[in-house]
Amino acid sequence: MPFELFVALRFLREGKAQTALILGGTTIGVAVIIFLSALIGGLQATLIDQTLSAQAHVILKRPDRVARVVTPADGAAVVARLEKTPEREKSIEQWQALLGEIRATPGVVAATPTAAGSAFASRGELSRSVALRGLDRQSFDQVIKLVPRITVGAFRVDGTEAVIGTVLAHDLGVEVGDKLRITTPQGRGDVFTVSGIFDVGNKDVNQRWVLVSLRQAQTLLDLAGGITTIEVKVDEVFAAEGVAQELGALTGLTAESWMKLNQQLLTGLQAQSSSSVMIQVFVVIAVALGIASVLGVSVIQKSREIGILKATGTSTGTVLRIFLIEGAIVGVAGSLLGGLIGAGLSTFFAHAVKNPYGESLFPIDLTPRLFLTASAVALVTGLLSAWYPARHAARLDPAQVIRGG
Amino acid sequence: MADPVVELRGVVKEYGDVIRTRVLHGLDLRVEAGEFTALIGPSGSGKSTLLNLIGLLDRPTEGKLFIAGQEIGLLDDDGLTACRGRSIGFVFQFHHLLPEFSAIENVMIPMMALHGRQDPSMRECAGTLLGQVGLGRFLDQRATLLSGGQQQRVAIARALAMAPRLVLADEPTGNLDTASADEIFTLLRTFNEKAGVTFLIVTHDPRLAARCDRIVELVDGRIVADRPNQARRT
Repeated sequence: MPFELFVALRFLREGKAQTALILGGTTIGVAVIIFLSALIGGLQATLIDQTLSAQAHVILKRPDRVARVVTPADGAAVVARLEKTPEREKSIEQWQALLGEIRATPGVVAATPTAAGSAFASRGELSRSVALRGLDRQSFDQVIKLVPRITVGAFRVDGTEAVIGTVLAHDLGVEVGDKLRITTPQGRGDVFTVSGIFDVGNKDVNQRWVLVSLRQAQTLLDLAGGITTIEVKVDEVFAAEGVAQELGALTGLTAESWMKLNQQLLTGLQAQSSSSVMIQVFVVIAVALGIASVLGVSVIQKSREIGILKATGTSTGTVLRIFLIEGAIVGVAGSLLGGLIGAGLSTFFAHAVKNPYGESLFPIDLTPRLFLTASAVALVTGLLSAWYPARHAARLDPAQVIRGG
Repeated sequence: MADPVVELRGVVKEYGDVIRTRVLHGLDLRVEAGEFTALIGPSGSGKSTLLNLIGLLDRPTEGKLFIAGQEIGLLDDDGLTACRGRSIGFVFQFHHLLPEFSAIENVMIPMMALHGRQDPSMRECAGTLLGQVGLGRFLDQRATLLSGGQQQRVAIARALAMAPRLVLADEPTGNLDTASADEIFTLLRTFNEKAGVTFLIVTHDPRLAARCDRIVELVDGRIVADRPNQARRT
């Protein structure tokens, strides 16, 4: 065993009360960091998951037409006023080629074409305004995971099959297998059979979405083979805005990321993350001060021993390393204990506190990366906070210490 | 002719940054290998300062100091530490053992410090030394649980751990009763005569000084007498 480690371990073992104090402080610090990170990470992951349950990460659509300023010869400006664009004019042309380019873009996981527009869904006397969405079943499922959210029936949009949300099904009093009439403002309509009912946890979506095949929607919305949006899934949700800008430049379409469409949520998440980081920074500072002060006292108490060590051939560098190793051991041991306590506490809360549906109110996100980060923080904190007392110890004059008896 | 174990040439030691206090005034001294020398003098005469300089715990302000022919002024701090670890052993008045370690671990400390690690041969060597000072039965006893005389024996074994050419002893019996003091002195003398270790012993005890081969007397930072001990020789 290296000499420095031998002496450091013995000093820690013999200074039981001091070791317990600094170890306790580090353990609690690491436990708090892990618990807080796991909790906030879990809450944020759940919020994002819920937000993106029925929303693509990036939506591409044809740019709105902008009024062009005409300047006649006399210099007076004339601004044209545009009427609301009909659905057909919002159609993306040559979308198959664009889809290929989009799917080949780095960061893009999947992309799906959608033909969407307003419509009325009616059954008997009952009628509701809905958002008709024609989709390609296979590629849509890669972008938005709807299958797990189907509560009754199946996610099938073949022929004249339609999938609707729970609220719309309730409003119209329909069940799987019932018929439903969809009519568009273009005056076209057809009767669909409800093949599945979904619940995405968003009342508006559950109330308004009617999912049909792409071909059916194109016909009803008079799009003649065109689509209105291309919906994209990216590999890193927080990189969506960057990918959106890239896709916008690539395709000439208007690209909007979920981050732009959910600005308030994002601001809230960022504020939450900042608060979490601030709390963790103060915890780390408190732990560092604790280690530094207890090790500082330990160095003063061990002045005589340090003097003897130096008088008997221990170099200044070795003395420095002994106290740095003490800090590192405390950091490593504290991170192991703190990791266990933090993980235990997080798991306990996740299992103990549940809503009436049996879902955890404290979803947690315990990742190996979190443990590695907390351990690294504890180790660096231990080393840095041991640095000052270690330097003080290394600089002790053995002659002076020994003379003091 | 072999180099002396210790040689001082015009060594001066001053303390203080603003007000300089000269503690040693240009000392010249040679200690040959195998000598058993007493350094005596009243309190404040500079004995401990001189011992710290020779023990490489401090540096002279002026003059040159040689340990076994090596000029220490040419060494940096790590060089001093290494030279101290290899060539010089210390025995202090208050034994200065490390309370966290057992008797044998205290003796092993200088060996581990020099080599940077533990080794089974170190334990063997330390055990032999403790056996030679009569503590073969107390190897793993916590140092603080031994009697004063036993602790000083451990300190002697530690001082000899690196087989140094020179052992510096600062009032080695000053804290012991007469019987224990006698035993410790006899032990030092044995290592001097059998192993040829050079001893330089600071003492206030005239009885102890009378049993040394040479007596150097220091007063007010100057060597006022340096004589062979005729009584001992006859």
